[in-house]
Amino acid sequence: MLPATLPLLGMPLPGEGAGVAAEAAGESVLPPAGLALLRWQWHEVEAPYLVAVWILVASLAKIVFHLSRKVTSVVPESCLLILLGLALGGIVLAVAKKAEYQLEPGTFFLFLLPPIVLDSGYFMPSRLFFDNLGAILTYAVVGTLWNSFTTGAALWGVQQAGLMASTVQADLLDFLLFGSLISAVDPVAVLAVFEEVHVNETLFIIVFGESLLNDAVTVVLYKVYNSFVEMGSVNVQPVDYVKGVASLFVVSLGGAAVGLVFAFFLALTTRFTKRVRIIEPLLVFLLAYAAYLTAEMASLSAILAVTMCGVGCKKYVEANISHKSRTAVKYTMKTLASCAETVIFMLLGISAVDSSKWAWDTGLVLGTLLFILLFRALGVVLQTWVLNQFRLVPLDKIDQVVMSYGGLRGAVAFALVILLDKTKVPAKDYFVATTIVVVFFTVIVQGLTIKPLVKWLKVKRSDHHKPTLNQELHEHTFDHILAAVEDVVGHHGYHYWRDRWEQFDKKYLSQLLMRRSAYRIRDQIWDVYYKLNIRDAISFVDQGGHVLSSAGLTLPSMPSRSSAAETSVTNLLRESGSGACLDLQVIDTVRSGKDREDAIMHHLLSGGLYKPRRRYKTSCSRHFISEDAQARQDKEVFQQNMKRRLESFKSTKHNVCLSKSKLRLRKAGRKKKDGSADKETPNGKPHQASNLPDTAAVILAVESDEEEESDSSETEKEDDEGIVFVARATNEVFQEHKVPGSMDVCPSPRVIPPSPTCAEKELPWKSGQGDLAVYVSSETTKIVPVDMQTGWNQSISSLESLASPPCAQAALRAARPRACAPPRGEELRDPLAALATPAPEPHAGFTFTPSLAKAGRSRSESSADAPEQQELQPLMAPEDHGCLSPGTANARWLIQFNRAGRL
Amino acid sequence: MKVSRAYQSELESEEGKGVSSEQIEQLHRRFKQLSGGQPTIRKENFNNIPDLELNPIRSKIIHAFFDNRNLRKAPNGLADEINFEDFLIIMSYFRPIEPNMDEEQLERCRKEKLRFLFHMYDSDSDGRITLEEYRNVVEELLSGNPHIGKESARSIADGAMMEAASICVGQMQPDQVYEGITFDDFLKMWQGIDIETKMHVRFLNMDAIALCH
Repeated sequence: MLPATLPLLGMPLPGEGAGVAAEAAGESVLPPAGLALLRWQWHEVEAPYLVAVWILVASLAKIVFHLSRKVTSVVPESCLLILLGLALGGIVLAVAKKAEYQLEPGTFFLFLLPPIVLDSGYFMPSRLFFDNLGAILTYAVVGTLWNSFTTGAALWGVQQAGLMASTVQADLLDFLLFGSLISAVDPVAVLAVFEEVHVNETLFIIVFGESLLNDAVTVVLYKVYNSFVEMGSVNVQPVDYVKGVASLFVVSLGGAAVGLVFAFFLALTTRFTKRVRIIEPLLVFLLAYAAYLTAEMASLSAILAVTMCGVGCKKYVEANISHKSRTAVKYTMKTLASCAETVIFMLLGISAVDSSKWAWDTGLVLGTLLFILLFRALGVVLQTWVLNQFRLVPLDKIDQVVMSYGGLRGAVAFALVILLDKTKVPAKDYFVATTIVVVFFTVIVQGLTIKPLVKWLKVKRSDHHKPTLNQELHEHTFDHILAAVEDVVGHHGYHYWRDRWEQFDKKYLSQLLMRRSAYRIRDQIWDVYYKLNIRDAISFVDQGGHVLSSAGLTLPSMPSRSSAAETSVTNLLRESGSGACLDLQVIDTVRSGKDREDAIMHHLLSGGLYKPRRRYKTSCSRHFISEDAQARQDKEVFQQNMKRRLESFKSTKHNVCLSKSKLRLRKAGRKKKDGSADKETPNGKPHQASNLPDTAAVILAVESDEEEESDSSETEKEDDEGIVFVARATNEVFQEHKVPGSMDVCPSPRVIPPSPTCAEKELPWKSGQGDLAVYVSSETTKIVPVDMQTGWNQSISSLESLASPPCAQAALRAARPRACAPPRGEELRDPLAALATPAPEPHAGFTFTPSLAKAGRSRSESSADAPEQQELQPLMAPEDHGCLSPGTANARWLIQFNRAGRL
Repeated sequence: MKVSRAYQSELESEEGKGVSSEQIEQLHRRFKQLSGGQPTIRKENFNNIPDLELNPIRSKIIHAFFDNRNLRKAPNGLADEINFEDFLIIMSYFRPIEPNMDEEQLERCRKEKLRFLFHMYDSDSDGRITLEEYRNVVEELLSGNPHIGKESARSIADGAMMEAASICVGQMQPDQVYEGITFDDFLKMWQGIDIETKMHVRFLNMDAIALCH
């Protein structure tokens, strides 16, 4: 009981605030005497101030509602808001002695409705929508026509039967007009209620799609009847009826066309915003709103226009705009829609208080309630029966019940009825009262009961499982199979046309509307993969702390790995399943190699490097000394590290098996990081902090090689080679500039690492592929304090192309930072490696010998290169730990690159 | 021709209710068209379908038509040619569920559809989708996009495999080996997903196909 009263208690508070504001308005009229230090300028700010206050009140009310989970789980928010509106309206009425702040049709249609419709159109699950388009259109067009005719006619019949007061002066046309406005299912109300009910997605999309699309029919009917009424029923010519029917097509198709045209422009515009990312979200809203206003101006269906705009543009816009903009669009849209919805319901409640607009007639009210329920149910059953003859998945009885019962009316009906001209429609007041009752009844009573009803009927709920990669893959396979079967059968059905459309879209539309870089990577499977990775990355980072700590303690999988020669997945799993991480989510996390890079992305976006930084600090306590500077440095180091990885990711994509290696990498990296951190602590040099992430990365690289070996296949090698070759070519160019700078930073190595041969022997990947070189080199690129700024810039630019699959361009870009790194990375690693040597971990042995590993590999791979390789080794080994001159480092890498290229 | 006629009449007599012979007729006409008047279809015949050209997993799908497992003839191997009866059997995998099906039938229907898909992935008929097989499929799936290279396809396949393993096995022991997705695992992965709404073709909304079983 207590929670139930909570919102009630909450209500007067914001209400009083509004009352105070209203009173203040009254006081402000007094002119100031003489020169005033302060002047009360209420009038200048009145309008926007009131708007702000209303939204604030609504938001506060929402917060209060959601304080209690119990209340909101039972009562839909829309009901609570309407009740709040009623209370507020009562207060305002009592204070101001007149009903103020009502729902004005102008405000509603121009400002409150568009955001909601845009939101629902933009985030409409388009696949689902188009899959069920037939059903949706049927319900929206035929259903609405049926509802309005039958309701209007039946009400007229009731009046003729004498069940209404004689004061209700209306003829058939008036009733048909009323029927048209009252029969349309309201998108706002439906959305508000159904979003909380969670019925299965097919059912939801049908009800919701209907509510969106029936707007066209409602608008047409309303306008046609309205003009008929204004003309007077006697003057209506037969040709006007024809015009009325024609206008149905004009309004609906015209609205849709306007929406699509604007969607096209929107997509096209966002294609060129690369340098002005900041206005991307704005463009989305502006053009969508322009579509709405244009359609409204041409008296086309504005709702349809903005819906189609949202549905049409999303794919391209999402591909074009930056990740940040995407988030901005999403949140702004949701915020606006939620605001508008809240305000609408609240104002509805307030408007109902104004009894001056009312005229109650029991017969009319009860008749309307009865008929809208009855005819909706009847219409749904009839239409469903017809539709089920064609539908592959028939809608069963339970679905039909929910659909009939889910026909909520809302603010659209109310706004339309307010718009009626009282001189032409003498029964307007009665209609207003009836509409209010109907809206309240459907939103409150039906809204309250639909959830229990759905539960009771055991309607198939939507199960919110996470989208899985497998699922996505299988669904794509299905699509192709189905299209193929239709081809084989020679029947051009839905799948055939969908397939055709996708081909067309890929060939022309996407190419025209998408940024070149975005177009390249445009693929749904890839998208899902990418999203999943981001999700995993976030969860990984979120729980990074404890993973790390536990991982640092044990390295159980190490011995087994070296002997392992099974499939890589097995290895991976073992890796992830090992003591390092015990919860399943982490296993999920391990899914792919992009995680880490995505994590960076996430961090860059959110700007919160909170956890990682903290984690880092705990691992090496000396950083506590100078808190501020250290923190900043840590952050930088972390970012840098992440970015490097990101770049390396790009390069690895050109290489063999990235995900596996990454998985492995991460695990190992974490462990290593921990271990090495402790050892490093005594060094005390600030820049060595950078070593930590660095080592991790290096180890990763090495390990990945093992992995690769286990599942090496000829094909991989081949195409890796091709792409990598390009990258190397650029490496050579860039290296010359980069190396000197990097050399300065190198900490002087103090310990000599173990002999390469020994490490080489230990390495199980000797017979691996030749692409290791690039891989390792990219991984060693981790930390470069001096070049930080350049590195940063590079990686920022590369962030954009993060998701891009290997293409020559990306390779070139990636090559840059990679090129500069190898010597540096090598050097940085050295002290660490040396420190690590005594440790029993097998890792320590090969941390610092990527080049050797490389050598070993290539040797085994092609005997022709073997001698050369061996010759190089002695050279390379000293270089690895000596303080190299830029030239030597350069040369070495050049050689390596060349060799790899030849390979 | 004779075979299919006989088969059709057999079908009709078998169930005793009026099979829409019109639809079988239609399928048969198409069959003849594809086979060029021959009683059987060979793989090459499928190459003549222009619409199939663009399908990225074309070869896999055509393969499925000749797969002995799908034809219920042998546990493995490929048929050289299929007759109309086989053709109908393959088509029957795409029949929609019917409203009057009970739970058991639904489950069986679902399993059959999934088995078809599974067989498509499991190209070596060992009852297991290995990583290599999975990669092949994903590569083919993505082959439509020239900008997504094989490495990406591989990493996606690997990711999917990892996911499958984590779904099917959950926590793995360090020395445990996940060799591939078995059919049971496959079913597990599909739990809670309406496959019935996804794998059928409107054209096959006919009783004739259902009678093949």
